[in-house]
Amino acid sequence: MVPLSYYLVLSGILFASGVTGFLIKRNLITIFMSIELMLNGVNLSFVAFAAHWQKLSGQVFVFFVMVVAAAEAAVGLAIIISVFRTRQTLNVDQVNLLKL
Amino acid sequence: MTANLHLWLIPLLPLIGAAINGLLGKKFSRPAIVAVALSFCGAAFAMALWIAAQFSSLLTPHLETLASWLRAGNLQIDFAFQLDQLSLIMLLVVTGVGFLIHIYSVGYMWEEGGFYRFFSYLNLFMFFMLTLVLASNYLVMFIGWEGVGLASYLLIGFWFTKDSAASAGKKAFIVNRIGDFGFLVGLFLMIKHFGSLNFDQVFFSVGRLPSTPETTALLTSIGLLLMVGACGKSAQIPLYVWLPDAMEGPTPVSALIHAATMVTAGVYMVARSHVIFEHAPLALMVVAIIGTLTALFAATIGICQTDIKKVLAYSTISQLGYMFMACGVGAFSMGIFHLMTHAFFKGLLFLAAGSVIHSIGGEQDMRKMGGLRTKIPWTFWTMTAATFAISGFWPFAGFFSKDAILWKAYSSPFGSWVFWFIGVFTAFLTSFYMFRLWFLTFFGEYRGEQSHAETHAGVPAPHGDGHDNEHHGIHESPKVMLIPLVILAVLSVTGGWIGSERFDRFLSPVFHPGATTAILGEAQTSVEPPQNQDKEHGASEGLLTTISILAAFLGFGLAWLFYHQRPQLPEEIAESLGGFYRAVANKYYVDQLYAILFVTPLIDGSRDILWHSVDQDVIDATVNSSAEGAERVSDSLRHMQSGNLRSYAGWVALGAAAVIAYMIWTGVR
Repeated sequence: MVPLSYYLVLSGILFASGVTGFLIKRNLITIFMSIELMLNGVNLSFVAFAAHWQKLSGQVFVFFVMVVAAAEAAVGLAIIISVFRTRQTLNVDQVNLLKL
Repeated sequence: MTANLHLWLIPLLPLIGAAINGLLGKKFSRPAIVAVALSFCGAAFAMALWIAAQFSSLLTPHLETLASWLRAGNLQIDFAFQLDQLSLIMLLVVTGVGFLIHIYSVGYMWEEGGFYRFFSYLNLFMFFMLTLVLASNYLVMFIGWEGVGLASYLLIGFWFTKDSAASAGKKAFIVNRIGDFGFLVGLFLMIKHFGSLNFDQVFFSVGRLPSTPETTALLTSIGLLLMVGACGKSAQIPLYVWLPDAMEGPTPVSALIHAATMVTAGVYMVARSHVIFEHAPLALMVVAIIGTLTALFAATIGICQTDIKKVLAYSTISQLGYMFMACGVGAFSMGIFHLMTHAFFKGLLFLAAGSVIHSIGGEQDMRKMGGLRTKIPWTFWTMTAATFAISGFWPFAGFFSKDAILWKAYSSPFGSWVFWFIGVFTAFLTSFYMFRLWFLTFFGEYRGEQSHAETHAGVPAPHGDGHDNEHHGIHESPKVMLIPLVILAVLSVTGGWIGSERFDRFLSPVFHPGATTAILGEAQTSVEPPQNQDKEHGASEGLLTTISILAAFLGFGLAWLFYHQRPQLPEEIAESLGGFYRAVANKYYVDQLYAILFVTPLIDGSRDILWHSVDQDVIDATVNSSAEGAERVSDSLRHMQSGNLRSYAGWVALGAAAVIAYMIWTGVR
């Protein structure tokens, strides 16, 4: 049996690499995938706790997160496509029309 | 006989005129401005005449209370006016001479800019001056007192684009503030000790005070403080320095404010407060000494001035000194008598000088005049009348009043032969400098530039009266200027014929209220010495009069010798006198002395201590450093708000990490 702390450390690593990717990457799609990575890091901690405590509520949360993430992915990808069509780029530093 | 005279209308009329011209006059045509100014001023004069006609049937003093003004504890001050013999004379002089000078100004100022402004100020001045003379308590008087100072300031600085005029206005205002400070403190003392500022109540309380050293000290200090105020307003030593500079104003202003009316307000105030002064012999003596010294001092300066208006300015100071000398020896009615005749002849002198200046295109330097006798005959003859009047020739007005003052200076219980001697010497000096002016201006050859119109065309005149543009050659002034000259000339000749005794008797209800009831109908002056002494005095009075007439003739003769017969003589004498002449010609360096003693320390102190040290190094430094501190903090904080989304996200991540680290740390512990 793998101890709970292993899962949690892995979950932290996943989340941290998501955050890092979100912060340092410029490509919209990469940023988007970093967000997914963070979500999945959190999901991992949920299921790990669910297994640890023998309760279902953690699993239920994960399903919610997945559903929301799927919806978000649909909307996000649509936005990314539309951004690419109008700006001919996916570099976030050049998508700055609303900045002062 | 409590007829309602509506005294309040008299000051109010010129105020309405001032308001109309001041607020709307910019759009009026010149005749309309003149109509407004003259009709309101004339109405005040007519009303004064009407009151004078009714005066003999009035119960005096006639009091009118308009409204309650201040009420604090036991102190109550009303807007109230008062008419008695003294105010009546002032009223007639102010409105009469004022009206004539209004008429004159129409001609004099016709081509000037700011025409409506000028007449608005003149009317405003009339309002305040009439408030001053009609007031029935010191506070209402003080309104007028300050108001005439304001009008004076506005009119001295009438040509405010000229630096010298603007600073002369400021000088007059500031020097007057010093005097007003004394006046105000005097009023506070009255409120503290008498609980009132009404003339009758104050004088009643003064009369009932027991004569202990304390009350004498109190009355002396009140009297001296009032005298400080009078020194400022009436240009006496040591506060006279503003009046010569005030000649920067238009000449009618010099005539009205700085010769005939406003500067005599101090004399009026001292005469009005005669009860206080009579109970304070020391203060009275100070008044006499200041007046005598000023008379002599200003007369000597007047000898060496070359600007025609400056000569008249110093002459005014000197004559005011005479009035204070009269008040100081207890002859208040003689001071007022001289005030009246002086208003006639000095007003005339200024107006005639203005006419001279007008006729030769704005030149004020007497060395560049001469020979104008035949070219401007009307001006010449009226000026002659005034010159003889001020020099004290019989039977001109000045003779009667000046002689009465000199006699009182000698014979009055407060008088002394010293006052008399200096007075006579001053009369000689007066005669000398006036005839010097007269000869330099009207006799000999014309010494000005012949091609006046060409050299000065389009350039502002050196002394600023700015009359040079339209005028080519010497010419007589228009009729509107000559008529007031003629009327004033008649008054300068005849104004003294009423005689000092009759004048004194007319004013005796004001100055010797107790005595009038006793001698009513007896036609005798009241505080005169007994009959047997009177004869003795009669003889010496004749002698003294002869001496003073001789002094006038001596001045005339000397001026004739110096400035008509042998014009090179004055320079030789000036050279032989050396340092003394230079001191006199430079007005005894009083302006320089004041500059060293007061002005420079004040400016340096203000600049170095108040400005550079206190304001810049303390107040500004505090404000600036707090602003700089805020800026520096903000400058470092502003980098957090870059507008860069990823940096925000980074901050969020960092913050979250910090929170988690904290929680882990506390959880571990």
